[in-house]
Parts: sequence; C-alpha cells; structure tokens
Amino acid sequence: MKSNPEYYDYWPYQNRPKITWPGGAKVAFWVAPNIEFYELNPPKNPHRAAWPQPNPAVPGYSIRDYGNRVGHIRQMELLEKYGIRGSISLSTALCDHHPEIIEMCSERDWEFFSHGIYNTRYTYGMSEQQERDMIKDSMETIYRSTGQKCAGYLAPALSHSDHTIDLFAEVGSELFGNDAGIYTCDLFHDDQPTNIHTRSNKRFVSIPYSLEMNDTIAFVVNKIEPRRYGQMLKDNFDRLYQEGEESGTVMCIPTHNYQVSCPHRIKAFEEALDYITSHDDVWVATGREIAEYYRDNYFDMMKADIDDRVLSLNTKGAK
Amino acid sequence: MALDNSYLQYPERSYGMDHNRYDWSMLAQRKPVQWPNGKKLAVWVNVGLQQFPLDQKGVPFKVPGGMTMPYPDLRHFSLRDYGNRVGLYRFLKAFDKYGVKPTFAINTELAEQNPYLLDVILKREDELMCHGWNMDSLHFGGQEQAAEAELVTKSVQRLREISGQAIRGWISPAKNQSENTPELLKANGIDFHCDWVNDDMPYAFNTNNGSMWSMPLSTELSDQFVLMNNLHSEQSYVEQIIDATSMLAAEADSQGGRILALQIHPWLLGQPHRIAKLEQVLAHLAARDDVWFAHASEILDCYTKQQ
Repeated sequence: MKSNPEYYDYWPYQNRPKITWPGGAKVAFWVAPNIEFYELNPPKNPHRAAWPQPNPAVPGYSIRDYGNRVGHIRQMELLEKYGIRGSISLSTALCDHHPEIIEMCSERDWEFFSHGIYNTRYTYGMSEQQERDMIKDSMETIYRSTGQKCAGYLAPALSHSDHTIDLFAEVGSELFGNDAGIYTCDLFHDDQPTNIHTRSNKRFVSIPYSLEMNDTIAFVVNKIEPRRYGQMLKDNFDRLYQEGEESGTVMCIPTHNYQVSCPHRIKAFEEALDYITSHDDVWVATGREIAEYYRDNYFDMMKADIDDRVLSLNTKGAK
Repeated sequence: MALDNSYLQYPERSYGMDHNRYDWSMLAQRKPVQWPNGKKLAVWVNVGLQQFPLDQKGVPFKVPGGMTMPYPDLRHFSLRDYGNRVGLYRFLKAFDKYGVKPTFAINTELAEQNPYLLDVILKREDELMCHGWNMDSLHFGGQEQAAEAELVTKSVQRLREISGQAIRGWISPAKNQSENTPELLKANGIDFHCDWVNDDMPYAFNTNNGSMWSMPLSTELSDQFVLMNNLHSEQSYVEQIIDATSMLAAEADSQGGRILALQIHPWLLGQPHRIAKLEQVLAHLAARDDVWFAHASEILDCYTKQQ
C-alpha cells in the first residue's frame, strides 16, 4: 500500500496556460450515463458485499433493474432533446443481457467506455493478471458489440487496485494501439483534464467526472432533494462557465437511470440541462472528444508548465 | 491471496435477465394501455397499517421503522402505534374530502387484534391487501421453507376470514422476500405482489406455481423513504409528488396510461405537522381532470384486460 497514488503532480489552479475548447467554448460539458447491470446473486467478494440482505436482495436489485427497464429510454430521449450524446459508463455484460440498449445508443452515436463487466464484481482481491483479464474482456466486448475502441475507464463500482489505471492504459494499447485506453474517470482532483503518470508512459489523461454532481452520490449518499440537485447543477455550471473565460473547464454530470430518470427527479434534471445548453460558449462533447482534444492540443504544453512551475522547485529543494 | 478464478466467470451472461422471475422488457416499447374515461394517470394511494412488536427479534435484520433502542423501546412502539390510533383518522378525513379511493395494506396481526379498526376499513368498502403477519415477521433468503409457508398461509388466510374480502394483493414487510416467497403467495391465491420496484406498470411474474403480477409501488416516492430515510423536508415531499405527477402524465400522452403509486404511513404523514402536506398532495391530484383514483385491484384488472 502507498500513502499517495502518485498518478499526478501538484499543479496549482492559478496561472495555468489557457485552454480554449473548440469554437472558443469556455466549458466542455459532458453527460456520462452509467448503464449498469447488477447481478441478483453474484459470487461473494471477501472485501465487499454486493447486497445487504441474503439472496434475493429484492429492494436493491429491483430499483437498479428499473433503470434499464424504465429509466434508460427516458434519459436517452431527454439528452437527445438537448443535443447531448451520452458517454456511457457501461457494465459490459449488458451487451449480452440488453443488446437493445446498446443498439439504440449506437444509433445515436453515443460513446461507450468500460465500467467493468458487472457492477457486482469488484476489483478488490483480484491478482494483477485477473484484473488485466477483466479489463481486456470489457474492452473487447465493447469492440465486438459497437465497433468502438474503448477510450475511457471507470472501475466497476469504483473498486480499484494499485494497478487499475496502469492496466487499463496497457490493455488499451495492446488491443487497439495508443489512441485507445487514453482516459480515466476514477480521479476527482481537478476541474480540468490533467496528465496522468502510467508505468507505460502513455499520453494518458484524467477527465473530470464529478463525484459531487453524480446523481447517486447526491441522492443516495448526500440525500439531496431533487429540486436542490437541479439547482446544484446550475450553480456548478455557472462557476465553471465564469472561470472558463480564463481557461477552459470541464463539467460532467454522471447519471444513473435508476436515479435521475425516476419520475420525481427528471424534471429538475431537465431544467438544468436546458439551462446549461442555452449558453453560447459551451462545447457539448463526449469524454473521448475532450480527452482527444486535450491530448492533441494541451498535453505537452501542460507537461512543460508543470515541469517549469512546480517540479523545478522540487529539484531546487532537493539540492 | 487472489480471488478464485470463478470470480471472473459469468454463467448468467446471456440475453435477458440473470434469473427466471420475469422477462426482460422496456416500458417505452410496450403496448399502451387506456384507463377508464380517457384518464392519463391512475392514482393508487396505498396506506400501510403496521404493527411493530415491542419484542422485535430482528431476524435477519431490523425492519426499517422498527425498534432501535434496548428493550423496551417504548418511544418507537408507541409512535408507530400512534398511526393506527390517531394518524389514520386524519387520513380518512382527507381521503373523503378529496374523493380518494385508498387501498390498505395491513399486517394481519393488527387486523386480528383491532376489530374496531378493521371494521372502519371494511365499512368504507376499500380494498385490503395483506402486508404479512407483522413488521417483525420478515421474509428472507435462507428462511426455512416450512416456516415461511406457515407464515404466508396464516397471514393471508386469516385476513380473508376476518375481513371477508378476497385479499388479492401482498406487500412483504420491508418489501423483502425469500427465494420461495412468490411461490408461496401464488399457492395462497395471491394475484399480485408489490415488492419488486423495477417498473412503473404491472408486469407478469413467474412462479413455479404459475404466473402472477407485479404491481409498481414506488419505494423512492414513499413517505418513509423521502422523510425518514432521506430526511427531506415535508415541502420537498409535496414537490416530488407534484413533479412525478406532471412527468408521468406527460409520458402518458405518448405512451398510454401511467400509474402514480403513493405508499404512505399514518405514523409519518398522519402527524399534526405533516397532515396538511398530504392534503396538499391530494388536493393537487383531485384538481386534475386526468387523474383516476382507484384501488390496486381495479388498476390491475383494467390493465390485464388489455393484455
């Protein structure tokens, strides 16, 4: 175990080189629907229980199933109404269970990125080889079902190992070359994309995927009232839009079809989408598009800035 | 030590669900249904009439809303009992004022021990559903089958005897089930259960004793979940139901009739500081001309006739 994962360098939010998004946009805005499959009776993981009750855990299982049966089409049609293509954090077994959902999202040119196989199979306790196999299976499944060379990763149920990000970067390159497996959603340290250290020294980035704006965190952990959640989204956007004048920011809304698509919540969500997309200088994008644009235009510039402003001080200190 | 390699094997990874209880089906792709008189929204007000025993066993878990303090937890026992003595009568006045047709899900033990209360409900000619024996008589995975069979039979048959009603619907305490609960319900002549919160409309549910129905009784919108679990304000409870109502009615325009199911409890919303919020919700619903107040069985029968 380490005291610090050391994926990124300290990089102060002031005086960074200016990012300008396509079309002169101030905010890159993306919505990441988690489309997940939870198993009713998964094998036990010694580090984390999937359900609080013995099988069948009807309350938890059935509301998550609601997301796929009822919530998905609701949210998909809503995003379409506001010109938003979802970037799907996908339990890739869903390609087998519910191919209809994959098809309708493919038709809309949505992005699929890996969220593991099932959201009831945790990374905890896996050997490095097991985790590599699991990640590879998930990326191959996305390719087989959609033709997409998976760009991003969010570990299943946010369960990680010390190797998760390295493995994802490596497997992406092995399967599809260095333009696949290029971004992670697992880190919450910044409002702009940041360069990530991997052991393969790949051009790999973290794309902001806000835990605070995540509907499950908001509704289940923080127990936010639905209309207040809508207001929080608008407030989050307002500040990122304002600061984006100085240098482009990223706003992400991670969603779940069993949370935000419920009848008592979707109206406040829609009001926020309407508000955000009614602004001129917003680049409505996908995770991959943001990662690629940053890699192509800013990765080297930001690396140099970190070297000049921050790491050079460390060297002086060491002397 | 690494996990056993079976952790990376997925025997249920194939089309449809990972079990045989029901078919995979997306709501928006189903045939639309019509409610009577062209109404868009069937409103099913479901009142939980519950008995929380003072000597709670808590096997295999403590029921949400149950005793939390060392025995005797008089505060929770009596505050829950408040609902059946006081809160309920506030509910009934409100239902009558706004023309609501409530459905009562009752613990059979409560009905048996309180003939006055049972009589009040029966005289109204509202529907009774069985809510299990009491709130501490849970149904759960690993439960001994014979013991559960006896519990289901006692709960359903006794309620039929003392009420004279058909008793077609079931809600498990804590909406939790064992692997066998659906079979036992079907064997006891239950037509529909409401424990699986995975849909906004009824759907067919398989048991080894034949098919029954699952009815959509939202937990997320229940007073207990909103007020007690999430600690949202009473005003937010009202807003959430109003927002859900307008959303479902709008969806009904393109997809056919929808159901707004409100699971409420007199020990919560029947309090003096909350009852006005329930009245506000009912007034809002009653003022809409697209709402059909109906018993659970009426909604189900109207739905199944169109399948």
